[in-house]
Amino acid sequence: MSFSTAGYQLAPVLPELVLAVGAMALLMLGAYRGQETTRTVTSLAVLLLIVVGALVYMQPAGKQVTFGGSFIVDDFARFMKILALIGSAVTLVLSTEFLSDPSRRIFEYAILVLLSTLGMMVLISAGDLISLYLGLELMSLALYVVAASNRDNAKSTEAGLKYFVLGALSSGMLLYGASLVYGFTGTVSFTGIAAAATVSNVGLVFGLVFLLVGLCFKVSAVPFHMWTPDVYEGAPTPVTAFFASAPKVAALAVFTRVTLTAFPGIVSQWQQILVFVSIASMALGSFAAIGQSNIKRLMAYSSIGHMGFALVGLASGTVEGAQGVLMYIVIYVAMTLGSFSIILAMKRNGQAVEQISDFAGLSRTNPLLAFMFAMLLFSLAGIPPLAGFFAKWYVFVAAIKANLFTLAVIGVLTSVVGAYYYLAIVKTMYFDEPAGRVDPVRIEVRTVLAVAGLFNILFALFAGPVVSVASAAAKSLF
Amino acid sequence: MTTWPILSVTTFLPLVGALIVYLSRGDDEAARRNSRWIALWTTLITFAVSVILVMRFDPSNPDFQFVEKANWLATGITYHMGVDGISLPLVILTTAVMPFCIVASWKAITNRVREYMMAFLILETLMIGTFSALDLVLFYLFFEGGLIPMFLIIGVWGGPRRVYASFKFFLYTLLGSVLMLLAIMALYWNGGTTDIPTLMHTAVPRSLQTWAWLAFFASFAVKMPMWPVHTWLPDAHVEAPTAGSVVLAAILLKMGGYGFLRFSLPMFPLASHDFAPLVFTLSAIAIIYTSLVALMQEDMKKLIAYSSVAHMGFVTMGIFAGTMQGVAGGVFQMISHGIVSGALFLCVGVVYDRLHTREIAAYGGLVNRMPLYAMTFMVFTMANVGLPGTSGFVGEFMTLLGTFKVSIPTAFFASFGVILSAAYALWLYRKVVFGALVKPQLASMKDLTLRECVILFPMIALTILFGVYPKPVLDMSAASVQQLVNNYNTAVTAVKAAALLQ
Repeated sequence: MSFSTAGYQLAPVLPELVLAVGAMALLMLGAYRGQETTRTVTSLAVLLLIVVGALVYMQPAGKQVTFGGSFIVDDFARFMKILALIGSAVTLVLSTEFLSDPSRRIFEYAILVLLSTLGMMVLISAGDLISLYLGLELMSLALYVVAASNRDNAKSTEAGLKYFVLGALSSGMLLYGASLVYGFTGTVSFTGIAAAATVSNVGLVFGLVFLLVGLCFKVSAVPFHMWTPDVYEGAPTPVTAFFASAPKVAALAVFTRVTLTAFPGIVSQWQQILVFVSIASMALGSFAAIGQSNIKRLMAYSSIGHMGFALVGLASGTVEGAQGVLMYIVIYVAMTLGSFSIILAMKRNGQAVEQISDFAGLSRTNPLLAFMFAMLLFSLAGIPPLAGFFAKWYVFVAAIKANLFTLAVIGVLTSVVGAYYYLAIVKTMYFDEPAGRVDPVRIEVRTVLAVAGLFNILFALFAGPVVSVASAAAKSLF
Repeated sequence: MTTWPILSVTTFLPLVGALIVYLSRGDDEAARRNSRWIALWTTLITFAVSVILVMRFDPSNPDFQFVEKANWLATGITYHMGVDGISLPLVILTTAVMPFCIVASWKAITNRVREYMMAFLILETLMIGTFSALDLVLFYLFFEGGLIPMFLIIGVWGGPRRVYASFKFFLYTLLGSVLMLLAIMALYWNGGTTDIPTLMHTAVPRSLQTWAWLAFFASFAVKMPMWPVHTWLPDAHVEAPTAGSVVLAAILLKMGGYGFLRFSLPMFPLASHDFAPLVFTLSAIAIIYTSLVALMQEDMKKLIAYSSVAHMGFVTMGIFAGTMQGVAGGVFQMISHGIVSGALFLCVGVVYDRLHTREIAAYGGLVNRMPLYAMTFMVFTMANVGLPGTSGFVGEFMTLLGTFKVSIPTAFFASFGVILSAAYALWLYRKVVFGALVKPQLASMKDLTLRECVILFPMIALTILFGVYPKPVLDMSAASVQQLVNNYNTAVTAVKAAALLQ
């Protein structure tokens, strides 16, 4: 390109540029044409995400670095970006009904999702602490507003505020950690930190801890999970589906990249933190979910637990572990989107129902819906031959190779506890007396459910290619 | 010679049947009849295909036959199927028992017939797959996958305490199995593959053998079930519908014994040798204790469930004796128990369908109204006792014989099981069948219908056939068992010799 200088090419950021410009254009469209363009803007936003996904897919294989090393495009980044884009696009599709209500015609919703996705892409490609923070804040600020998008609902507003306050706190900690790391290594770039951080000293470890705390907030790992259940329950369901999918992909991606590429010299320092965090997340995710009666709250605890499982792979600090994280997040996104499309489908007389008891006897009133949900729940519990089993296989196999036996044993035992509450929902759907039919399910929800459900059930058939892609992506980090 | 993948066809045919049942929409009587007939034909065709397996099987070859291999997951995890003399009898047992289960549910299941048939057909695929998988991950997939349909079968079509029983069944089994999963991972890193035939010839370090053996034991001991982790079984049996109990007793329990034979003995011979006393102790306790517990039962199904635990004790004892007679007897006992306990649950189902109670005290004097039933029940009771001339005798005798060579105390205590089983089985038979018919609600009991005769009479024939002529089963497994025992003894003697030299 004519306007590029060495180390500052624009080609690697082409998808991000398209997304940014597209989001601005859609913002103009909405601003000039008013709220009745909501539908158009949303549809165009989905289209834009698909185009950006295609651009990411078409980027040449191998590693490209631009902006002086602060923006990295490698197989890992492309893998995670496509996944985040899928998550965002699907949740936008799922939001159609939420946005069709006259009181909630807000075209800004789609724009915010686009901007948040842009933040995720920057975050995933971050090559230094500055672009990490930039991406993280762009992602989070849009998310805070989206959480409160149901303006007339007190719970939704509360969720947005709570998310904002805690999110700001975590950003502060992350920044503090970043400044300490900079202070003790003299650089913000991950490769520079890796070169400097070969021996642990107290200040560096201090910075590392604060950095990890900030990231744990974003993936909602215990003990920084407190916001999750409230935000999941309070936010409108399509927004919850969004929170549970795309931002988790981005946060987990940056978590993986920071630990593996910036601190490979002091693995033992962050490994013990991750072991603790993942054990705590798996345990809390399993035990606290048992008492829940609201399905969205339950999904919040479930996602806390699943992040714990994903971190098991990361804790091993090996290429197998990174591959495990990638496999886990792919399958997690599919299971989550499938589960939330079921929750969205649960409406009686136009009213969304969210209590677990509302699922009673679903297998008799809506057999297909119940079957899909049951399969998703068994998959979340990690029962073979469903996708969730393969997710667990790849993270635990990495933990075993890294000799983290205690972590692995505790992990699988908590997965048995987790199986209990998933089974309890299956029991409600299959063993209990029906609580009445649900309204006809909208076509877009049905489509998402069908795709996610089939992916989940038939994963064993096409697991091979997914594994090789994930393996290539994981290798690109090392 | 055609080269169609006969084993995969056998495995996945029931799944195709389940799909066809699913596609036959509707919930009226005609739709129900359709799904019953589709399920029956599917199981019959599957059985027919599995008979081809038997005809083409070469019993003199101890290695895996009908081997199929295809790429699946990258790095050493493949789709690998095959059977040898140990797994083929269990595959046949599965395909043979399933049609009986379908027929037994013909009248008993009236609600959600379509789903019921689908659950059974999917379960059949998973069970056959468990016995024919030659890759550990694939094995685990089938082994654990079976929990889902069985959970639903107990929970949806079960008795009053079905929720408790189904949860207990699922979580107990899962808890044991996840530990095995970790051991599978450790073996994967040790051998670089999860291919079972390769792993059988891969040396496993002593310490890993111990841990992996314990982890596999956690899974199979629960599945078997062995004392003291057997408590899920009586609950599951009592609450499950008749056909569910039959599948549970006849096939699912055999997965534990099969696992010991396929993994514990060949892959961890040293650990198996070290832990044999533990298994002997648990088996002897299981045989005596659960027999005593069976004596106290008031529910027919519970009594038979406890007697299953006792009979499985003979299997574990025989397997870990590590002698030719013990292991061959263990295999035979599994087949025999599959037929006999399955038939006993069907017998309970016959009277349950008429009176809707399984309480022993509710019956008495049935011989007056149901002579055919009394005769049938008698044969299976005798087989359960282990009367010579029935298949039950051969298995118990061989396992005891095999154990005597290794551990006389174990065999001595286990022999009490033979006496105790006579006590509880005959006691049950006397209470239910003999005596005067005084209870008014029994006065209108009808004898076996044609459908019930069709289910039970072939089983009588098999029980007596294998009792007087056990050769077909023993011959089929002989070569594989011989190889297993030789490898096991070689490994153990090598270590003993090395220890002596030091």
